Amino acid sequence: MATVTTTAPDTRTFAGTAWSWITTVDHKRIAVLYLVTALGFFALGGIEALLMRLQLARPDTDLVSAERFTELFTMHGTTMVFLALMPLSAAFFNLLVPLMIGARDVAFPRLNALSYWIYLFGGIFMNISFLAGGAPNAGWFGYAPLTATQFEATHAIDFWALGLQILGVSSILASINFIVTIINMRAPGMTLNRMPMFVWMSLITAFLIIFAFPAITIGLVLLLFDRYLSTSFFLPAGGGDPVLWQHLFWVFGHPEVYILILPAMGIVSDILPTAARKPLFGYPVVAYSGAAIALVGFGVWTHHMFTVGLGPIADTAFAISTMAIAVPTGVKIFNWMATLYGGSISIKTPLLFAVGMVAMFIIGGLSGVMLGSPPIDAQVQDTYFVVAHLHYVLFGGTVLGLFGGIYYWFPKFTGRLMHEGWGKVHWALMLIGFNLTFLPQHLLGIDGMPRRVHTYPADQGFELWNLLSTIGSFAIAASLLIFAVNALVSIRRGQPSGNDPWDGGTLEWTIPSPPPVYNFAQIPVVDGRYPAWDAKRGGGHTGAVAAATAHGDEDEDEPDIHMPNPSYWPIVLAAGMVIMACGLIFHQVFILLGAVLFGVSLLGWIEEPAA
Amino acid sequence: MSAEAHAHHEEHHSSTGLDNRKLGMWAFLGSETMFFGSLLLVMLINKHNTLGGPGQEILDLALTSVTTFVLLTSSLSMVLSLAAFRNGNLRWGRIWLGLVAVMGLVFLGGQVYEFTEFVTHHDHPLTPSTNLFGASFFALVGFHGAHVAIGVLWLGTALVYSFRGRFQPGGDMWGIELVGLYWHFVDLVWVAIFTLIYLI
Repeated sequence: MATVTTTAPDTRTFAGTAWSWITTVDHKRIAVLYLVTALGFFALGGIEALLMRLQLARPDTDLVSAERFTELFTMHGTTMVFLALMPLSAAFFNLLVPLMIGARDVAFPRLNALSYWIYLFGGIFMNISFLAGGAPNAGWFGYAPLTATQFEATHAIDFWALGLQILGVSSILASINFIVTIINMRAPGMTLNRMPMFVWMSLITAFLIIFAFPAITIGLVLLLFDRYLSTSFFLPAGGGDPVLWQHLFWVFGHPEVYILILPAMGIVSDILPTAARKPLFGYPVVAYSGAAIALVGFGVWTHHMFTVGLGPIADTAFAISTMAIAVPTGVKIFNWMATLYGGSISIKTPLLFAVGMVAMFIIGGLSGVMLGSPPIDAQVQDTYFVVAHLHYVLFGGTVLGLFGGIYYWFPKFTGRLMHEGWGKVHWALMLIGFNLTFLPQHLLGIDGMPRRVHTYPADQGFELWNLLSTIGSFAIAASLLIFAVNALVSIRRGQPSGNDPWDGGTLEWTIPSPPPVYNFAQIPVVDGRYPAWDAKRGGGHTGAVAAATAHGDEDEDEPDIHMPNPSYWPIVLAAGMVIMACGLIFHQVFILLGAVLFGVSLLGWIEEPAA
Repeated sequence: MSAEAHAHHEEHHSSTGLDNRKLGMWAFLGSETMFFGSLLLVMLINKHNTLGGPGQEILDLALTSVTTFVLLTSSLSMVLSLAAFRNGNLRWGRIWLGLVAVMGLVFLGGQVYEFTEFVTHHDHPLTPSTNLFGASFFALVGFHGAHVAIGVLWLGTALVYSFRGRFQPGGDMWGIELVGLYWHFVDLVWVAIFTLIYLI
């Protein structure tokens, strides 16, 4: 019998339960924390979007002021990218990566907890700005010199820049953790080319994050220097160059797009084979095209800057590299279709979301190829066409993919299925609402409606499309309410799912639902891409998930499973970091306070036995 | 057989055979290359952006050559320290390790002197707000200096731990290896900075 040794807090009392969550280093619990927090921020960003849509529903409205409107679109973009979608992907990394590669936890469990707490405090820090004199208001890419002290004397931009720095630390730490976990903690036989596609995409995403984030880190450092130390990196008056900010931002910002979409692509690549009951078509090609997207993704950033005036040579070169990305992306889409082709497809909610993701992403990809052409871009730059394009990619692609993942793995982590009928209603309403919201925005953009204006006159022909768009956005909101109720009810009263409700092929379906704290009583030995199918069907590879008995002669009777101890240092260290950031805004004493907290927890961390 | 027993003894059995912490350090240093790469790029863009104020000519090549020599030599000392610890020679391991920290401090001292000279120069003071040459210089060299300072603190911590029963003969040396990796990287960054900013 497996005996688990860890010094867990007493969970019979409320305080004990709360303490057990605060000090947890279990990747599954951290995933739940990520998921719940990210969905909370997703709701917040959604409310900001609804306010904007209400303001734009009719011409010449004055529901929210122009000043408030700039805060809304800035915080909507920032929240959705950094506080909702990236952490939702992080939730899936945490939930799935160790289970899919046959590990008991991630490589650095306390570092994992630290990443979460930094993210939570960083998100709160950035949103405190609403109460502390005004939220960030220079757009989610914060173009210089709009962010200069000269134009924004309040701390709004400082909240934004410091908040993004904090979130960047969280992302980089988490990515280092997942790179090491995936490269180093795979079960015996789990070679790179047997890993589930989601693990592949997680690995690629983690590499993207560690190489892309430093560019924005430097950009933000220089911005903070401009604001605090009176330098003029981005200020022409002092010899600086606002275009440098655009380069630094988009060198990060374009890979960021793939950071957001690749995990969703991984999720879809794992849902489709299960739903079609056949292996992923062209597995290595799907994996390598993901890597190709990431690699080329570092060489396309100035397609965000076609109208800056970098000259025809630069524009041509970046137009070509941008178009080139369509190739590996198209390869993936054809592989997904080929996976479904000829399969005996069971139409369940996860499949619907996955197919919806592929379809919507094709539309977003096509408008992306249009925008990749400099002449077209020059016409629709900064119009609603761009807004429509990015939402087809990030909502139609990422959000639909992530929701598919939630429906697909919900039973693994709760032991219960989400209600199938309401799931399908959610899917249908969301897809209709989404297209109603964003399809008209293409037309608005072509008609010349600029983005980020807080209202428009009545005689421009914008009324109908704007009204439809607003109606659509409320349909999305309604579908999300249905999802929320469905999820909450299903956690308590959903139909019990058993360990393997979808007849899945990957390792996580071979263990109980919800998984025990140690995941695998015995570390499996893998000899194929779909070890759970092999085990169930006996075909293909044999003995696919046989327990690791390579060194079976020694003390097999009682495999002591030693799990990492809970720790409160991660939350203290994260708090110290964010309090230091507060010092740059409120009062210098916070810097000292935060530094002391940081130092003490660092020492405590080192002294604490890790396992 | 003994190798197997050893593998069983270590908590972190790994797919590549590399220690998790070492792999994590490599990933972190990969990220750091982009960090310093971006800073260097900004420095190169602004190298001659002086607005008629002080520029590259005020850099004291003689002084910095000396501190550069000290910093580069410290990498040798780092290697010797790890080798001594691995050979079970605690005493020399500690001596070389302490020497690395001292050489790091010498480098930092040179930098503090250099910065103070620039800022307090009575004819042409150079501060971050003087011009973009100054701003980029202080950002790049300052961040590198902060990395050296963290390295010195880390070396000091490792030294303390060597007196508290760590890095014993036959024990694991990852604590020394990690700080060594970091130190060599910070050295390497300085080679790039010194060449691109001071020499050419």
